[in-house]
Amino acid sequence: MVKFLLQRVLGLAVTMFFVSIMVFAIMELPPGDYAERYAFRKFSGTGVTLSEADIQSIRVDLGLDKPPWERYISWIGGIITRFDFGPAFAFETSVNKVIGQRIWLTLAILFSTLILTYLIAIPIGIYAAIRRHSIADYSLTVFSYLGLALPNFLLALVLLYISVTAFGSSVGGLFSPEYANAPWSFAKAVDLLQHLIVPTIVLAWSATALQIQTVRATMLDEINKLSVAAARARGVPETRLLLKYPARLAINPVVSTIGFDINRIFSELPIVALVLGLPELGELLIKSFLDLDMFVAGAILLILTFMIVFMNFLSDIVLAMLDPRVRLQGG
Amino acid sequence: MNTLPAQSDALLDIRDLAISFKTDEGKVRAVDGVSISVKPGQIIGVVGESGSGKSVTMQSILRILPGNAIVERGEILLRQSRNGSDAEVVDVTQINPNSKRMRSIRGGEVAMIFQEPTASFSPVYTIGNQMMEAILLHRDVNKPEARTIAIDMLARVGISNPERRIDQYPFEFSGGMRQRAMIALALSCNPSLLIADEPTTALDVTIQAQVLELMKDLQRDLGMAILFITHNLGVIAQIAEEIVVMYLGTIVEKGPTREIFHNPKHPYTVNLLKAIPKVGQSRTRLAAIEGNVPSPLERPTGCIFHTRCSQRTHGTCDVYAPKLTQIGPDHTTSCFLYE
Ligand SMILES: Nc1ncnc2c1ncn2[C@@H]1O[C@H](COP(=O)(O)OP(=O)(O)OP(=O)(O)O)[C@@H](O)[C@H]1O
Ligand SMILES: [Mg+2]
Repeated sequence: MVKFLLQRVLGLAVTMFFVSIMVFAIMELPPGDYAERYAFRKFSGTGVTLSEADIQSIRVDLGLDKPPWERYISWIGGIITRFDFGPAFAFETSVNKVIGQRIWLTLAILFSTLILTYLIAIPIGIYAAIRRHSIADYSLTVFSYLGLALPNFLLALVLLYISVTAFGSSVGGLFSPEYANAPWSFAKAVDLLQHLIVPTIVLAWSATALQIQTVRATMLDEINKLSVAAARARGVPETRLLLKYPARLAINPVVSTIGFDINRIFSELPIVALVLGLPELGELLIKSFLDLDMFVAGAILLILTFMIVFMNFLSDIVLAMLDPRVRLQGG
Repeated sequence: MNTLPAQSDALLDIRDLAISFKTDEGKVRAVDGVSISVKPGQIIGVVGESGSGKSVTMQSILRILPGNAIVERGEILLRQSRNGSDAEVVDVTQINPNSKRMRSIRGGEVAMIFQEPTASFSPVYTIGNQMMEAILLHRDVNKPEARTIAIDMLARVGISNPERRIDQYPFEFSGGMRQRAMIALALSCNPSLLIADEPTTALDVTIQAQVLELMKDLQRDLGMAILFITHNLGVIAQIAEEIVVMYLGTIVEKGPTREIFHNPKHPYTVNLLKAIPKVGQSRTRLAAIEGNVPSPLERPTGCIFHTRCSQRTHGTCDVYAPKLTQIGPDHTTSCFLYE
């Protein structure tokens, strides 16, 4: 197990190294020079005319005259040692300031969506498999295909409409007006959570639909295993039998696709956030690409891929805990 | 409940059992009029080609048939020797399969081992976990005691270093060791009947012989009866006192092992004997009989074997079903040649 853990940690580090290089390469991709764009942004419309020498001095100020590998090292070094993602020139502030609040919101939505998805999909998938061919099973199947087919933004609008008309609450944005500028309090936290409910449901909807089918299919596979018949033949009561043998293994595919789920949820997030007026990272990522604000884009890409790689790492570890074959045979 | 006075000395008395399956293509008759009687401590071999209904018959004893199975008729009388002397007989077909009573029979009084030792253990729990599960269910012991019983049983089936092996996972055992462990699990609750559904088919020839030897030893020491299912008459000759030959869900011949081997009557039995694999190829399946087993959806009329029988008579074998005929004291067959 220790060897297994070390292997995975090493794998995580190596993957992140290559990811960071790729992200850096993407940041370098847009045509033109960062310094020129910087100068253009800063001085356009001010009537100041800049010479090539002025731009060159900006270049030196920003450290852009250095070779790429040196810039890479100072960029990644700043992130690792100071958690500093560099300047965000479009906002004339640091990347950290720009993404700071959004990152927590994004993470909160990502994780609440994941948790809600698994809380619903795992038990229901297991139940549908046990009650295979029952009315409950069929209706769940129909429901989950609906879940897959329904566009997120539509669902977001419908839920928005329902919650405004039925509950009279304001769902858009992060806070109700009365809390928006209020200092942090319990009531404000509750208000925040209430605003997270709709985006979480919208995003969990299709993820749940998909995972129900996965869990159900695996569970059906597992129920028919000889080891289950053998356990039944030694007198294990049915509910205990189903939970101890097939259900435990039916969770595996869910665990192993956590990274995939995060990726999916993140890519669906911007459109939902747009409808609901939420400040999150995906929208900012798109904007920063349009603005060629590459340090912001780089930071978001890096954080997101790190999240995915890290969750894959976690899912490997959880899988190893769930399945001794992975643990003892090095998977 | 459905208890009957003990009429015979049989431990298990299957009477005229018929089982069908509901399938998309229609109703499939898998077992039709099977009667088998097992005395305490007796080893009975059940032999027949694939699809002859051996497994289905055995599963019905434990009521672990698939959901689409229907028991059409028949009784499965099991003698339960509760608290020593006062035995009572229950008809297993009348017990609710999900009841506590049924569960106490499963693994407690009737234990079962399967063809694939690899697949019969769950890969995610240790051998000890799965053994102790059975022991804790059926015996009035606590965990440490259950563990001791399991270790003793593992040692008894010839697994060396059982204190360490008990905490290992099934994939850390070899195939033969797994089947030994499965036997240990099955016998750890002192069942009065062990159903062994092709327990050696998946094993190498040498391992096969060792496991057979082990089962005979254990039977002698522990005294349980064994229903031993196999494709292979050669295997059965080494272990069974009595042989039941099944074909397409019915019993075509039944008798003491010696009788079946030296005085086989039914043409199907005769063919099976000819098809016994020779040394070195004992894993090959019985394919030497001419023709194929008919689809269970198209059960032949008359004698079910007539489509493949070289001694069939037209107008009789393909029209009428042969009756059970007594050949010797315990020897019966269903064939017009002997009516
Ligand atoms: N779940 C099921 N659904 C439909 N039919 C089934 C099912 N299980 C078994 N059968 C039918 O029951 C018949 C007997 O099957 P069974 O498994 O008892 O044969 P067997 O003698 O054990 O064969 P084998 O030597 O291959 O194990 C088969 O012909 C099969 O068509
Ligand atoms: Mg079988």
